[in-house]
Amino acid sequence: MIPAAFDYVRAGSAAEAISLIGEHGSDAKFLAGGHSLLPLMKLRLAQPSVLVDIGRVKDLSYIKDAGDHIAIGALTRHMDVETSKVLAQHAPLLAHAAGHVGDPQVRHRGTIGGSIAHADPASDLPATTLALGATYVVQGPKGTREIAARDFYKGFLESALAADEMLTEIRVPKMNGAGWSFQKFNRRAQDWAIVGVAAWRRGSESGVALVNMGQTPVLASSVSAAIASGASVADAAQKAVAEASPTADNNASVEYREHLAKVLVRRALEHASA
Amino acid sequence: MEIRVTVNGVEHKHDVEPRTLLVQYVREHLGLTGTNIGCDTSSCGACSLHVDGEAVKSCTMLAVQADGSSITTIEGMAGKDGSLHPMQKAFMENHGLQCGYCTPGMVMAATSLLKENPNPSEDDVRIGLEGNLCRCTGYHNIVKAVLACAGK
Repeated sequence: MIPAAFDYVRAGSAAEAISLIGEHGSDAKFLAGGHSLLPLMKLRLAQPSVLVDIGRVKDLSYIKDAGDHIAIGALTRHMDVETSKVLAQHAPLLAHAAGHVGDPQVRHRGTIGGSIAHADPASDLPATTLALGATYVVQGPKGTREIAARDFYKGFLESALAADEMLTEIRVPKMNGAGWSFQKFNRRAQDWAIVGVAAWRRGSESGVALVNMGQTPVLASSVSAAIASGASVADAAQKAVAEASPTADNNASVEYREHLAKVLVRRALEHASA
Repeated sequence: MEIRVTVNGVEHKHDVEPRTLLVQYVREHLGLTGTNIGCDTSSCGACSLHVDGEAVKSCTMLAVQADGSSITTIEGMAGKDGSLHPMQKAFMENHGLQCGYCTPGMVMAATSLLKENPNPSEDDVRIGLEGNLCRCTGYHNIVKAVLACAGK
């Protein structure tokens, strides 16, 4: 399968990328690792007229200790997130979840920023960074702004990014020794989650987000509220679908997804609480 | 657009359409048809090759993205004298193939895996090859071959 024809331009920096995308209008798309966009283009579900290749903007590939949080460049590949010693120490949930994206070949190319900007509710990293209370830094023609992960996801494959804005950095609060768990339920190793759960807990504080349980990644705030008010893990897990609005597909009915979400939230919190 | 790549140690310069997939480029422009197209949706791994030493799925990468890089395909694994790469030898000795369609991709993924983890357990190999499907379901001997190549 071959994508529809497009023009291809290459950016050497974030500023150049933003200027190029502005120049080419809303029909242009950023190309990072290409592991979300190219499959859509091959199926002709996306037909951008221009691709602005940001894959060579090397100064946006980094993982840095920034005091209370870890700063991750948007073009950092899944493989580098997975194997980062800084993340293993300060945000192990994210490193672990990155190791569940696709397969090794996909993780050699795909980037954390690409995955988040694509805003697929079935992807692992949007929900994981949501659970961790991440902040996304985006750059546009007028400068940079910060968007909390909980305000970022607007609909299916839709985010708060304007057409001429580019995600440049992901800021993940340090987990400070919190317990955590990533539960991914699928039928074959490399598949997307039928339902997934990213969760952490430190005493009465917790963060829980659901993969593939609605049009966006879902922050299960009711679960965290129940934990905060002293509910047991089993009781808190019963609130798993309070914010969710799953749909049915050939893998699962709505009822089955809701059942899975409750079971997986319980398992995740049991791990995170141990 | 003009791209320059080194493929199996040989430098190439070609003018390609931006939408040309890397797998199309190596098969159709360079005539290196050892890299197979299986699912064409980045699931099966038949099209795996190395870009700058790491396995990637060449059906999900544009040739223009590979501009300036060094690529190794299955044709570049054997020595110049025709001697097989240790991984190829291990696949042969352990009967790590049946129909052979997934084999080039398996060999490329397996060598990339051993580069990152030279001393894998059986589980590491099975998980490390999650991106490669064998529709003959010959996984048992494929895993055996990779472990044999790792000296286990």
